[in-house]
Amino acid sequence: MTEELHDVRLTVNGHTHEIRVPARRLLSDALRHDLRLTGTHVGCEHGVCGACTVLVDGAPTRACLMFAVSAVDTEITTVEGLTNPDGSLGPVQQAFKECHGLQCGFCTPGFLTTITAGLRDNPTPTHEEARDMIAGNLCRCTGYQNIVKAVERAAELS
Amino acid sequence: MKPAPFDYRRPATLAEAVAALAGEPNAKVLAGGQSLVPLLSMRLAAPAMLVDINGIPGLDAIEVVTDDGVGGVRVGALARHAAVLASPEVRRVQPLVSLALANVAHATIRNRGTTVGSIVHADAAAEMPVVLSLLAGSLDVEGPGGRRTIPASELYLGPLESSVGHDEIAVSAYFPALAPGAGVAFEEIARRHGDYALVGAAALVDGDSVRVGYLSVSDVPTVVDLSGVADDDLGEAALAQLDPAADIHASAAYRAQLVRVLTGRVVRSARAFAEEGT
Repeated sequence: MTEELHDVRLTVNGHTHEIRVPARRLLSDALRHDLRLTGTHVGCEHGVCGACTVLVDGAPTRACLMFAVSAVDTEITTVEGLTNPDGSLGPVQQAFKECHGLQCGFCTPGFLTTITAGLRDNPTPTHEEARDMIAGNLCRCTGYQNIVKAVERAAELS
Repeated sequence: MKPAPFDYRRPATLAEAVAALAGEPNAKVLAGGQSLVPLLSMRLAAPAMLVDINGIPGLDAIEVVTDDGVGGVRVGALARHAAVLASPEVRRVQPLVSLALANVAHATIRNRGTTVGSIVHADAAAEMPVVLSLLAGSLDVEGPGGRRTIPASELYLGPLESSVGHDEIAVSAYFPALAPGAGVAFEEIARRHGDYALVGAAALVDGDSVRVGYLSVSDVPTVVDLSGVADDDLGEAALAQLDPAADIHASAAYRAQLVRVLTGRVVRSARAFAEEGT
């Protein structure tokens, strides 16, 4: 059986891409395999771990729980889109670096996108709100303390 | 962990969507996909076709209904949990919807998942089927024969099974308004923040009427009437009408204990809501 392919236009980090993919291509795989944007990581692939979180029209969304064909007419932001225009680290990235908010780094792209949107909606989170902001993302290295610190530091930098 | 191949349709109108479903008995509707896509990826489901309704305009409405005598809120099939949760009108007209939605998964899942999708997914561990059942709400579905309204009491047939036909699309859910002087409360216990609840309970207190709905206790959303039961006997009276099941997450005895504790808590909390109006 030859699988039907669909022409899909994705807008990622402000750039438009045309890809030809089967309907079952997950957005996470389309970003990594078709667009070669490997910053988005794939962990559990069923929506639990949060590593693949990207921003869809500004809202944190699991890229593994969306099909690329379903992402037409949306603006997607991946971790590659979080750097400053001159290529330097964006405020959340800078805060992670300063606070040792990562060790192996596998979960980090999902945290960075989630926190970027979280601080946009709530620029001055309390400690509890900072914890709540990252409650949907798993990290197996850090124990989260430094990630919470990074949220608070990013709020200062933003 | 990749879905099996499927045909994909992205209709621009509800009529086209209904026609697509009618042409393929093994088709599923894709809205938010937050429950469906994991099932596909784990190959627990392999439909021949997905009918993606995300391109149909107008299905994301959240409306206050005032012309039916009771009043309530109507939530469209594409209204994301996050939008319903953020709606001040929903919180004012039927606060139980907002209280329960705050417990639905994590914020990231709520950004994409839809309230109507959660209702028709018919998971007995989910919050919104219980809320619709407790409030005696309803679901509007559209099929080849036109539109019909399914009362919540006739919606849930078994685990993950609803009375929505394979050729029908849920277009909106209706939550009746909270009556003046009535109170509501919601609480659940989960091992991890945002995870499925081991047991959850929603209470609706209106004068002498006391009703409590439970999730994760039975294989369908379950509502029990506790009107006239003394405060100290609420938990046991609820358990007399329930048969908590054991699974890998909790023993039946532990679930029964959670029912005892949560029943008292939500009824007290709903009474306080009724007195204070918030």
